[in-house]
Amino acid sequence: MTARDRVAAAVLHTLLTVGLVVMAGPFLWMLLSSFKSEAEIRQVPTTWWPRDWTINGYRELLGRLDFPGYFTNSVVVAVFTTAGNLLFCAAAGYALAKLAFPGRRALFVVVLGTIMVPSIVTLVPLFVLTSNLGLVNTYAGLVLPFLAQAFGVFLMRQFMLSIPDDLLEAARIDGAGEFRIFWRIVLPLCRPALATLGILTFLASWNNFLWPLVAATTEDRYTLPVALALYSVGQNRARYDLLLAGSVVVVVPVLIVFVLLQRHFVRGIATTGLK
Amino acid sequence: MTAVRAAPAVAAGGVRRAPASGRARRALTGWGFALPFAALFLVFTAGPVVASLAMSFTDIRSADLREPLAVEPVGLDNYTRLFGDELFLRAAGNTTIFVVLGVPFTMALALLVAIGVNAGVTRFRTVFRVGYYLPVVTSIVAIAVVWRFLLQPDSGLVNSLLGLIGVDGPKWLDDTSLALPTLIVMAAWRNLGFAMVIFLAGLQAIPQDLYEAARIDGAGRWAQFRYVTLPVLRPTVLFVAVITTIGYVQFFEEPFVMTQGGPLDSTLSAAYHTYNQFGFGNYGYASAMSYVLFLVIVLLSIAWFRLLRSES
Repeated sequence: MTARDRVAAAVLHTLLTVGLVVMAGPFLWMLLSSFKSEAEIRQVPTTWWPRDWTINGYRELLGRLDFPGYFTNSVVVAVFTTAGNLLFCAAAGYALAKLAFPGRRALFVVVLGTIMVPSIVTLVPLFVLTSNLGLVNTYAGLVLPFLAQAFGVFLMRQFMLSIPDDLLEAARIDGAGEFRIFWRIVLPLCRPALATLGILTFLASWNNFLWPLVAATTEDRYTLPVALALYSVGQNRARYDLLLAGSVVVVVPVLIVFVLLQRHFVRGIATTGLK
Repeated sequence: MTAVRAAPAVAAGGVRRAPASGRARRALTGWGFALPFAALFLVFTAGPVVASLAMSFTDIRSADLREPLAVEPVGLDNYTRLFGDELFLRAAGNTTIFVVLGVPFTMALALLVAIGVNAGVTRFRTVFRVGYYLPVVTSIVAIAVVWRFLLQPDSGLVNSLLGLIGVDGPKWLDDTSLALPTLIVMAAWRNLGFAMVIFLAGLQAIPQDLYEAARIDGAGRWAQFRYVTLPVLRPTVLFVAVITTIGYVQFFEEPFVMTQGGPLDSTLSAAYHTYNQFGFGNYGYASAMSYVLFLVIVLLSIAWFRLLRSES
């Protein structure tokens, strides 16, 4: 390594580290500022480290506002959405990858064909349908539209294509039924894909905004992003301490999950994105 | 179950072509696994996609939920009405600017970071990947709320930092000519991690001997990038371009939380306008708008394919 290379490497590291600070800085400021008093948040110039630590924002979220309720709603919706996707997408992915049946190609084409459809396209008919089914403002209404998603089936099918047919054939000859093969052989082999799908689905559901904004019409059914967004433009828009504490409640669980399980994300992107 | 199970065992024993009963059984098994997904998908995704198109040719309004028979077909009226809707034209213009500036900006930043990490970072590579990816996984609503504070004219962190170097920061979100560019930069901040991770995977897949061969031929850094990296990376760039475009055409949450489309509709997006029309109960009109967005996404994706498809 020449001296010139060393200087170049140092400059590069510095630039990338500055970039890293720009990426992570807003989250750090959010976290620290959520423990400031409202007056300190508004102070000019702004501070990083809280002068007087207070949990007043959080206390009000838990007391006056129903954030435990929104949190519960977000968890319930995300858990059911994730469980449903794992089950339905794995089963359908298995059929599409490993079972010959009439209509298989057509099903795959229809599913893939909808991957580019923006969510706002289905908004109106979904609302009409949900409304006719009497499911507006229910958990079912929040979960059902997301139980079977094209991305999940695509991910599972791609992964299952790599399972050798001989393995399944051997099990068939040994007299194992299709359901047993699926449950005992295919699913355990798919654990990495299931982990990736599970995490991505959970996060997408946790962060989902447009549909819950429309389908949750009273406060007792709000999910966290809906509650935060409506508070931030509504009567609490001036309550900086509340909004920052609320943002922390929405963001921090996700950040923890992400940092702990980050290799699954990369794998998920690699298996779906680059084929 | 056992009686039916016997059939394929016979087939496997020697007969090549499955007997008719075996084929029926296979169809049954296949659909047995696929049906729960297929039914849900049909009712909640594929059905609504078609229904939305149908609705866009009618005058359906929220009141018609109670009186479905009052819905009348109106042909292309909703679509022609769009061209006279000044607010829609404004929103479409804003969305165009957002996509045309935002997508290349985001991708260029992401490519720079990916090349930097790939070239120079050997230790702590995960730290960089995770760090740049953080905003991608977090709720865009929360991000928008936090950035609203960061961009406050007086007490915001951005202008405080600018003040340190003697610059009097502007009122980012309250200025009609600054609000949209500010949202574009914020969108790049939020989305570059996704593009960067994919670019990084693409860069790592490029065989080192290609660069070696180029160096032997006397290629400098720039020539290597131009004639080795970019051509090999083309499919990756195509993928990122399509995904980023699809996302940016739909931008909605940022103006909803940060500006409510203002000031003076300067950040009203097409998706936001569609949402508003839905809120006013103009279901047919909103459906037509959403289909225009869909069409734009399809056309832009085709354009990207044309522009970036492999030469082979």
